[in-house]
Amino acid sequence: MSTTLAPPREPSGAPAEIGSRRLTERVFRVRESGIIAVLALFVLVTALIQPRFVSSSNIQFVLVNTAVYALVALGETMVIITRNVDLSVQSVLALSAYLSAGLFGHVHGIPIPVVFLVGLGIGLAFGAANGLMVSLGRVPSLVVTLATLYIIQGIDILVVGGNEVVASSLPAGFVDIPNATIFDIPWLAIAVAAVIAAGAYYLRSFRSGRELYAIGSNPDGARLAGIPVARRVFTAFTLCGGIAGVGGVLWAAQYQTINTSAGGNNFSLIVIASVVVGGVAIFGGSGSAVGAAIGALLLGTINVALDVLGISDFWDQAIAGFLLLLAITLDRGISVRLAAALRKRSARDAA
Amino acid sequence: MQPDQDTSLAATVDAPPGWRSRFDSRSMLRWETGLAIVVIGIGILGMGTSSEFLTGNNMFNLGLQSGEIAIMALPMTLIIISGEIDLSVASIMGMSSAVLGYLWGKHWPMLAIFVVILLVGVLAGAINGLLVTRLGLPSLAVTIGTLGLYRGVANIILGPNTISNFPATYTNVGVTGVLHTNVSFSAAVFVVLAVIFGVVLHFTPVGRSIYAMGASPEAATFAGIRVKRIKTMLYIVSGVVCSLAGVLLTFRLSTSVNSNGLGLELDVVAVVLLGGVSIFGGRGTIVGVVLGVLAFAGISNALLLTSFNQEAASIPVGGLLLISVFVPNMAALAGRLRRLVARRGGAAPSAIGPGHD
Repeated sequence: MSTTLAPPREPSGAPAEIGSRRLTERVFRVRESGIIAVLALFVLVTALIQPRFVSSSNIQFVLVNTAVYALVALGETMVIITRNVDLSVQSVLALSAYLSAGLFGHVHGIPIPVVFLVGLGIGLAFGAANGLMVSLGRVPSLVVTLATLYIIQGIDILVVGGNEVVASSLPAGFVDIPNATIFDIPWLAIAVAAVIAAGAYYLRSFRSGRELYAIGSNPDGARLAGIPVARRVFTAFTLCGGIAGVGGVLWAAQYQTINTSAGGNNFSLIVIASVVVGGVAIFGGSGSAVGAAIGALLLGTINVALDVLGISDFWDQAIAGFLLLLAITLDRGISVRLAAALRKRSARDAA
Repeated sequence: MQPDQDTSLAATVDAPPGWRSRFDSRSMLRWETGLAIVVIGIGILGMGTSSEFLTGNNMFNLGLQSGEIAIMALPMTLIIISGEIDLSVASIMGMSSAVLGYLWGKHWPMLAIFVVILLVGVLAGAINGLLVTRLGLPSLAVTIGTLGLYRGVANIILGPNTISNFPATYTNVGVTGVLHTNVSFSAAVFVVLAVIFGVVLHFTPVGRSIYAMGASPEAATFAGIRVKRIKTMLYIVSGVVCSLAGVLLTFRLSTSVNSNGLGLELDVVAVVLLGGVSIFGGRGTIVGVVLGVLAFAGISNALLLTSFNQEAASIPVGGLLLISVFVPNMAALAGRLRRLVARRGGAAPSAIGPGHD
């Protein structure tokens, strides 16, 4: 997936401001290239021990398995960049998976795109509810989305009850979504990469995208600078919910049997971990969508690599947790260095 | 004109934290009163729905169901008031449960196992605390990391195995009450710990320091409070208490599996926030958290006695959590809505033309 995404380019800023701009830009590149290096190292070592790991079918497996996590990580990134967090994505995903895939059983011959739109709509609705409460109520998003996580989970339990969507009720075109490939690359991975690329471009180059960073670095400052903070935060949450809703439909296509446990117990925290491993600061203001996607890819790769190496699955979580700690520790080291370098530079300029 | 208005709005709403906490200390009191009424209401509703609700037998079950969550909520309260968070609590619980099962399977004497588990708790908490205080990393990210790490250790230690041949002397914590009463063992531990934590938080200098560092870490540091040391201690205490909760859970279920306590961290945070503790730190009381625990346990238990799916208890718990966070902000919210409406209303005529005025 990393190969299909163009790395962010150096901006052609005015010569006067190049100094600190270029330095920070380089640091962001260091962050992302650091994760890419870890990913490459991991793939290399695993491939040397077990060449089967880089077989095309195995790479496909990794890409398809990572797709939903990477996609939801995009939405979560937008929210985290604004110094908020969305814990409710896993419940949105689970409910959307059940309701949208359930349509195939209820409405005979319903077109697949309509089902995706329904999933998107469900997600947008819950995302908007989160966004409305956080932005208008100005209450902490951690608490709001923890509460909506509970509420949506409860709704899911009531709606699903003892039922489940079974694979036989799903049309062939739907369950084939994760299997379809072109030149041995899964269409799903290409589509997700395209969405992430679009999201990354939006965050990087659109005014409203940049404003998300401004809000995350300094909410009060952003407000004073005339940025419509409430509207931007609302949009970020709504998009995040919508993406989680689509993620639910993809989850249904991938796993086909959908009950209340869709998405798993820790989906939200895994997504947040991917985002943070990918170099997005948990307190907002920095990081990129591409980094978050690579973070998700790294965690997904570890998952499969351990399997291929014959290391028991049970090591998986410990290694992922350790990597997350390592990532934030290194990140902290880099930003301390950066702050010192910038201070030195401005002192030199003043002299 | 418009930007100026926005500026003044921002200035009034986002007053410095000190001001905010002073104003809110009154509304927090009100929240706890409100919560007490909610708890009584749940009790009455529970009695209405089932004659079983207030029986001693059911009270035993209620304590049993929510005992471990309640116990873990106490150190979490102090950590959140100090301005941090610990999402690894359920994983520490799972890790201690796994160690208990593993060593028991290796025929260690129970006393030695308890010592090891104590050390596991200290170590787990110390890692959290040192990463947060000495490296200055955000506790949310650190403890999501250790959530994975500690759960991972439980996975590695136990693998797919289940250990369940614990002696009845211990597994009785899930069957009988303390001293032949209807108070479950975990509920009794919670009561004792709640008193200790309450005294420390509200009546000692350390407790006051915890509020101070939650309200403003810089000010607390300049006031000579050893912020880092106290925070590290809080994480260690949390580690120890959570490993104790892990032991209780293991004996209650009479089972040690790597998934013990999986996902409970959010329940623990929810109970604390339900009790009126501010996620930003600096505010909250043990009394509030005890009421939060009662509300949480009461709702789950009351639904258990009805025909509703008990897991749907998350809906009223989530709803209550939303109310808990909106009530203290209600005045500010109402003001903001009024201004929003006024702005919309004011904009419309001016678009038609000022002549009407």
